[in-house]
Amino acid sequence: MWRFVGWRLLQAIPVILAVITVTFFLVRAAPGGPFDSEKAVIPEVKAALEAQYRLDLPLAQQYLAYLADLAQGELGPSFKYPGRSVNELIAAGLPATAELGAYALLVAIFFGGMAGVIASLKPNTAQDYIPMSLAMIGICMPTFLLGPLLVLLFGIHLEWLPVAGWGDMPGDKILPSITLGAAYAAYIARLSRAGMLEIMSQDYIRTARAKGLPEWQVVTRHALRGGLIPVVAFLGPAFAGLLAGSFVVETIFQIPGLGRFYVQAAFNRDYTMILGTTVFLSTLIVLFNLLSDVLAAWLNPRLRAQFGEA
Amino acid sequence: MNTVVVDSISAAEQGTSLWTDAWARLRKNRLALFGLWVLVLFSVIALLTPWLAPYAYDAQNLDLGPTPPSAAHWFGTDIFGRDLLTQIMYGGRISLAVGFTATAVALLIGVTWGAIAGYVGGRVDAVMMRLVDILYALPFMIFIVLLMVVFGRNLLLLFLAIGAVEWLTMARIMRGQVQSLRQQEFVEAAISLGLSPTTIVRRHLVPNALGPIIVYTTLTIPSVMLLEAFLSFLGLGVQPPQTSWGLLISYGAETMEEFPWLLIFPGAALTLTLFALNFLGDGLRDALDVRGSGD
Repeated sequence: MWRFVGWRLLQAIPVILAVITVTFFLVRAAPGGPFDSEKAVIPEVKAALEAQYRLDLPLAQQYLAYLADLAQGELGPSFKYPGRSVNELIAAGLPATAELGAYALLVAIFFGGMAGVIASLKPNTAQDYIPMSLAMIGICMPTFLLGPLLVLLFGIHLEWLPVAGWGDMPGDKILPSITLGAAYAAYIARLSRAGMLEIMSQDYIRTARAKGLPEWQVVTRHALRGGLIPVVAFLGPAFAGLLAGSFVVETIFQIPGLGRFYVQAAFNRDYTMILGTTVFLSTLIVLFNLLSDVLAAWLNPRLRAQFGEA
Repeated sequence: MNTVVVDSISAAEQGTSLWTDAWARLRKNRLALFGLWVLVLFSVIALLTPWLAPYAYDAQNLDLGPTPPSAAHWFGTDIFGRDLLTQIMYGGRISLAVGFTATAVALLIGVTWGAIAGYVGGRVDAVMMRLVDILYALPFMIFIVLLMVVFGRNLLLLFLAIGAVEWLTMARIMRGQVQSLRQQEFVEAAISLGLSPTTIVRRHLVPNALGPIIVYTTLTIPSVMLLEAFLSFLGLGVQPPQTSWGLLISYGAETMEEFPWLLIFPGAALTLTLFALNFLGDGLRDALDVRGSGD
């Protein structure tokens, strides 16, 4: 097991390094400097600014200096918010985004997993078709359409829930979490249904039944563990999608999170912010992928045997 | 009617019964057929939009302003008094064009890459597929946002960027196919006949791997269209004066409180198309009996 984890950690390093390198040079290749928009900056001021942000150095030196900063966990100053570092901005946005993502993931796992398992117990009946049709709607309905529609229905017409904000009013976290989680609930429903169907036809399930276990115990004790492996393996890629989705959801619901910062930084051409956030988010995504792979391997006895006792 | 269709298909494929069987299975799947027809209909409308659209694309009527659906404007008008149906038709042209073009780019890169890796094998294969693994781990959504910011928002770049992201799964599927195919006798026969590797890949391997390629292509188009709409919604994709469904949805969402039809109709157009493509893809997967390796 530890060998597997170590091997995957080792693989993550070139990926993260590639992200940093590509992002750095892409951002530097962008046409127009960060201070071009300001009206006629005095040359001396501009030079001072450029020196402060190390833009006067050759590109290779800038890159090395940036890597050295990164190694100390320092993401650099923001171009657009003078006096604030990218670290501070990320720290300000991360809590809301992390909370939103966690709730969305809970929504996705709970509703998706339940729908998939329920559907798999009686395939090709109404109990299968209804949740699976809902899942299809979830997959085809983009987040940026579902969000406004939910706001329109529950926020504006029924007036049950607040239409925007995060932690300002009771219940204002419900709609964003559902909006972000819905698509993943749909994927998880499909994956867990397929996984469960495969497991339920295995010999060890027949053995469990032959022992005289009640059906719910067969499902919860024996089938779930194997049936949910595809779901666990999906969580890594889903995390990346959740982050991208949070860009949209935070914009729709006006949540002061990392996603909104990122989109704003993109519009403002706040290069250090874009660079810093990209590196930060990418590292998170790579680590989360790793975590979900390790978890899936741990759930799978065959893989565990292969790496574990070695 | 029946025989005509069957004939044309088997003629195209030189009488392989696989395709006739697959078509017969597909025809029994009502949802997949529905998807196919929706897709054909929308594509025809998109192609003929300049002639079919009830109003000119840039026709404004500021005195009229936003009006709900009526006999003159079936889907209503927007805040500039522009006919929404016309906007949706022109937006659909862009959305579908991005979907098809970017998928074609992905198809071309992915199939070539996977076929070479699978056919050559050995160290070349290892290096090529390691590269795919590394790219797989990259957070591409973020990268596309970055690309659009850095290089401005132009449509060609959007095609390329999305296509460049979506080829990875295609390459993996193709490689798996080619690896299993190349051990079969007909490939050995082709090699012993002295055919060049290029010919073998093109004439023998790619056609035999067509089933999974078709299925996966059908399922790539909706994810590409979703990506375009996502970017346009954030303001990083298609830019005015051009329009797309994603852009129309983002305008609609801004004014949905007073003018909900501006959100609902473009949203319905996009969702219906994505439904159609997913149903068709699922149906094709069953009809061609492709075991999912992509998911």
